[in-house]
Amino acid sequence: MLNKILSFFRKPKPNSDLANQKERKNSMQTSTCQKTGECRIPDRATLPATLYQQLAEFVTTLPTKEGHLVTVLHKAQSLFGYLPREVQEFVADQMDESLAKVYGVVSFYTFFTMIPKGKHPISVCMGTACFVKGADKVVHSLKQQLGVEISEVTKDGKFSIDCLRCVGACALAPVVLVGEKVYANVTADQVKDIISDFA
Amino acid sequence: MVDKNQLRIATRNTGFIDPESVESYIAVGGYQALGKCLAEMKPADVIDLMKNSGLRGRGGAGFPTGVKWGFAAKYASDTKYVVCNADEGDPGAFMDRAVLEGDPHNVLEAMAIGGYAIGGNKGTIYIRAEYPLAIARLKLAIQQAKDMGLLGDNIMGTDFSFDIELKYGAGAFVCGEETALIASMEGNRGEPYTKPPFPAEAGYWDKPTIVNNVETLANIPAIIMKGADWFSGIGTETSKGTKVFCICGKINNVGLIEVPMGTSLKTVIYDVGGGIPGGKEFKAVQTGGPSGGALTYKDLDAPIDYENLVARQSMMGSGGMIVMDEDDCMVSVAKFFLDFTMDETCGKCTPCRIGSKRLYELLDKITIGQGTEADLDKLRSLSDNIKDTALCGLGQTMPNPVLSTMRVFEDEYRAHVIDKKCPAGVCADLLEFTVVDEKCVGCTLCARVCPVNCISGKPKEVHVIDQAACIKCGACLDKCKFDAIIKQ
Repeated sequence: MLNKILSFFRKPKPNSDLANQKERKNSMQTSTCQKTGECRIPDRATLPATLYQQLAEFVTTLPTKEGHLVTVLHKAQSLFGYLPREVQEFVADQMDESLAKVYGVVSFYTFFTMIPKGKHPISVCMGTACFVKGADKVVHSLKQQLGVEISEVTKDGKFSIDCLRCVGACALAPVVLVGEKVYANVTADQVKDIISDFA
Repeated sequence: MVDKNQLRIATRNTGFIDPESVESYIAVGGYQALGKCLAEMKPADVIDLMKNSGLRGRGGAGFPTGVKWGFAAKYASDTKYVVCNADEGDPGAFMDRAVLEGDPHNVLEAMAIGGYAIGGNKGTIYIRAEYPLAIARLKLAIQQAKDMGLLGDNIMGTDFSFDIELKYGAGAFVCGEETALIASMEGNRGEPYTKPPFPAEAGYWDKPTIVNNVETLANIPAIIMKGADWFSGIGTETSKGTKVFCICGKINNVGLIEVPMGTSLKTVIYDVGGGIPGGKEFKAVQTGGPSGGALTYKDLDAPIDYENLVARQSMMGSGGMIVMDEDDCMVSVAKFFLDFTMDETCGKCTPCRIGSKRLYELLDKITIGQGTEADLDKLRSLSDNIKDTALCGLGQTMPNPVLSTMRVFEDEYRAHVIDKKCPAGVCADLLEFTVVDEKCVGCTLCARVCPVNCISGKPKEVHVIDQAACIKCGACLDKCKFDAIIKQ
């Protein structure tokens, strides 16, 4: 039993052998998937080594490792776009922390995601002002048009839908963000046009 | 938008100066307050001035700022921290973003004054990663201030040194609570811990720490320059100065306003806010976000200050004001807030983690027509229990939206559980769409837009909606040109 627990917390190095990789890839799919159903997590080999290199260099620029876990995770997410288990393992290694601690922090904050986003991530603000002005109808329409649920990615990898708490643009409610582009005073009828802007 | 009801102190420069130019800030008297403190005042004088001004924290709880500074000054330590809480997570409020984007030096100056007062030389701004423009402007402002010797070592040629760094939040509402914020700044899960020790004694890295909200800080340079008497002359007996509110929702003039404490709700909504659009009836205004409560027409004449809002089971919060009209269902609104807190609870204490879920389930049951009168009593007693037992401010105030809406809109709750009707026509499961025979001309438009094809009828004949198949989407109601479809 103790061995089992220890092996769970053991931190395998990123360059372990192929069989191990395969086994971990399978376990990764169950452990990082927050939703039931299909999970399109890319093969670990697709995450480029140069990005790991950049992340490691960033860690060396920090004044201390202590207290900067959130900072490093921000950097990691901006590099990789999301934080799958293998990136978390790498961060744990670099920061001399346990994987459990890193996972605990990643899963706590809504800004961090373990699922890759679409090419054009769609975020609907669900703050109170947007809610009162009918953001739920916009979400419903988006789900219908794209055929995916919240925090899922479309099959072609183009779009993903997310709900945000508040983007601080309450005077423009309801607000929809597609990537960096902001759409204000959105109605359910406009959803089609918004999607076609990125088709 | 200048009008006689408004008075701008915290937002005095936003929109008037170039936020990317330190010269622009200095031209309107910027950094003079810091200079005055360093040249003419002892740290204890600064704290006394803050105490006398009566300034209270603008982040929510309203703790007197001068008292907080006094505590931190009392503890001897080699390092003390001044933390600016810019983790504006309250949905429906963006005053902190406006100040940081429009007047970043104001906040930096106030932090340096705080550092001087408590004997600390390290400042940290904890800001949401969702505010990229505010982050960029703060970074620029810090660099400019350092280049001019207004931050860094030996500020203005004195012995006082003060440095400011940025830390990014990652989207957790509970991190607005100061102990959770400190946990998050240390790179951990943002879970609050029990006080005492208060952060003023042992906060960031166990050192004495003061945590002040952006809007609180934005008031400070003005108070130093104009004096405690000037500031305490504005506002009410217990709440001094002004408050920035973000009015949005069903109101004509949306946006930020700053009014003296004690201004009536009526003035805010009708004079400053310009009333409700579309000739609709004002129903309620939610203040204090997910921790606050609803105020109604009964409260329109009440002067807005900390105590008056608490007496009405709401709270000041960070100053969001969401205006709702007759088309909003209060049970749904309460459910919306519980959905929020259920999602945002950190899970550390049981009353908040499980209580929020149970409250949400009860409200959900009521909105889908399965609620009973006993559920209303359960809602009340569970809310009281959570208020008494939760660990931090998030949990203790989480039942407020339920309690306050039940206080004023009990008949609406009763309509849901007894008559199985939603008076505002929001809760889909309690609605019925029907065709008014006399008005229907048989244009077939409704049958064509219905996504589930549950409307039948021949052209030029009265149409019928199959209630069993209807999904209550309201598409037919929106499209009918003859007002022949009603929902009830």
